[in-house]
Amino acid sequence: MLIAVAAPFAAASSEHAEADSATKKINPKEIIFEHLGDGYGWEVPFDHHHRIPLPVIVFGTDGLHCFSSARITGGQTWTDGDCTFRIGGEDSAYRGKVVEIVDGKEVRPWDFSITKNVCALFITLLIVAGVMLWLASFMRKHPYKAPRKGLGAVEVCVTFVYDGAIKPILGPNARKFAPYLLTAFFFILLMNLLGLIVIFPGGANLTGNIAVTLVLSVFTFLATNLFANKHYWKEILWPDVPLWLKFPLPIMPVIEIFGMFTKPAALTVRLFANMMGGHMIVITLTLLIFIFSALSPVAGGATTVVSLFFSIFMLLIDVLVSFIQAYVFTMLSTIFIGLANEQEHEKHEAEKEHNIGKEIEETLI
Amino acid sequence: MELFTPDFGLIFWMFVAFGILFLILWKFAWPAILKGVDDRAELIDKGVEYAQAAKEQLDNARQEAESYLNDARRQQADMLREADKMKTQIIEQARSAAQIEAQKVMDNAKLQIQQQQKEAQQQFRNQVSDFAIQIAGKIMQTKMQDDKAQNALVDTMLDEIEKNRK
Repeated sequence: MLIAVAAPFAAASSEHAEADSATKKINPKEIIFEHLGDGYGWEVPFDHHHRIPLPVIVFGTDGLHCFSSARITGGQTWTDGDCTFRIGGEDSAYRGKVVEIVDGKEVRPWDFSITKNVCALFITLLIVAGVMLWLASFMRKHPYKAPRKGLGAVEVCVTFVYDGAIKPILGPNARKFAPYLLTAFFFILLMNLLGLIVIFPGGANLTGNIAVTLVLSVFTFLATNLFANKHYWKEILWPDVPLWLKFPLPIMPVIEIFGMFTKPAALTVRLFANMMGGHMIVITLTLLIFIFSALSPVAGGATTVVSLFFSIFMLLIDVLVSFIQAYVFTMLSTIFIGLANEQEHEKHEAEKEHNIGKEIEETLI
Repeated sequence: MELFTPDFGLIFWMFVAFGILFLILWKFAWPAILKGVDDRAELIDKGVEYAQAAKEQLDNARQEAESYLNDARRQQADMLREADKMKTQIIEQARSAAQIEAQKVMDNAKLQIQQQQKEAQQQFRNQVSDFAIQIAGKIMQTKMQDDKAQNALVDTMLDEIEKNRK
C-alpha cells in the first residue's frame, strides 16, 4: 500500500519538476486527466521521460498500419508507407489520439491500438483466466476437498457471489447464468484492484473508463433480453395497467422499453463514476502537496502529512470499494436477469424483488 | 470531456477480451468450479443430516436398551417372586401330602391293630369257650357218671324249658 501511495507521489513529483522547470506552475486538471485517461505507452515508474512502447494498430485511408508507439509518443510524426501519423496536439480536436495527416488535415483513423488500457485488459484477462483455470483443475483433481490459502480465498469469493447473490435471486436458473455473472465479477474486481496498483502491471484506470463499463453492461443487457421469458416481454409490451395507459397511446410500453435501456445505462455510469471518483480523489490529494508547496514550504510540509494520511485512507477504502463495486455490478446484473426470468405465478415475489432491486439501485446510484 | 466519450478501440478490445475470457471460463472453469462447490455443499449437508440421524438413532437405541434392561429386570423380579411362591406352595403341598399319607398310614395301622385286636379277642374268646366247654365237658363227665345225676339234670333242664314256655 505504501508503494502504491509512493508511486503517484513520485510520478507526480517528476511531473512537478518538469512543470516547474517549464512554466513554474502546475496544471492539476491536465495531470489528473492524464492519469485517468488512456495512453499509447505505459509510464515507467519513477521516470517520466520513458514509456514502455506498445503497438499502434490503425486502419488508415489505405489500409492497416502497425508500428511501435515509441515512434510517435514524443510528438514526432511517423510515416508508414504512404501515410503519416502523429498524436493530436494540444489544440487538435483529437487531442492525445493518433491522427493521420491527409492533405495537411488531421483525420482520425480506425484505431485498434494496444493502448495502456487494452494492455491492462489483456493482463487482467490472463490473470483471471489463470486463477480460475487453476481453481477448476484443483476442483477436478480433488473433488469434495476445500482449497487452502490463496485458492481458498478465490473460492471464498466465488461462493460469496454464487451463494450470496446468484443462487438466492435466480434460483433454478443460477447454473445457467452463473458463468457470465462470475466472469463479470472477477474481471471487474481484478480490473479495479489492478487500477489501484500504480506501477507497471496495474495503474490503468480501466473500470473508470466508460468504454469498459459500457461493454460490460451491454453484455448484461444481452444476457437479460436474449434469455428473457414470455412473461417479461408481456410485462413490457402489454403490462397489467388500465387500458388507457397502453391503448391507443402506448405510454406504459414506451416507458418500459425506455427502462430496458436505462438499467444497463445506470450500470455503466455507476461503476464508471465510482471507480473514476476513487482514482480522482487519490490523485487530487497527492496533487494538493505540490499546489501548497508552490505557495509556501511550510504549508507544503503540513499538507504532505495530511495528504499522505488521507491518500492511504482513500486507497484502503478504494480496495473495499473495488470489491463492493464488482459485487454490486454482479448483483444488479443478477437482479435484471432474474426479473427477465420471473414466472407469472411468482408475481408477488417478483414485485418484492423488483422493489428491493430498485431500492438497491437507488441507494447505490 | 474526453472521459465521457467511449473510445472505439477500447470498446472493440473489451468486447474481444471479455468474450474470450467468458468463453474460456464458461467452457473450462465454471462448470468444474460450480459443480465442485455445489457437490461439496451437498456432501456437507448430507453429512450433517446423517450425523443428526445417527445421533437420534443412538439416543433411541440407548433408550430402547434401557427399557429392555428395565423390562428384563422386572421380569427377573417377577420370576424370582413366582419361584418363591412356587417354592412355598410346593413345600406346603408336600407337607400336606405327607400329612395325608401319614394319616392314611396311621389310620391303616390303627385299623389293622383293631382288626388284629378283634381277631385276637375272637381267638381268645374261642379258646376261652373251648376251654370252658372242655372244662365243662370234663366236669360233666366227672359229675354225670351216675344215672341219678343224669336224670336230675334232665329234669332241671326240662323244668327250665317249661318255665321258659310259660
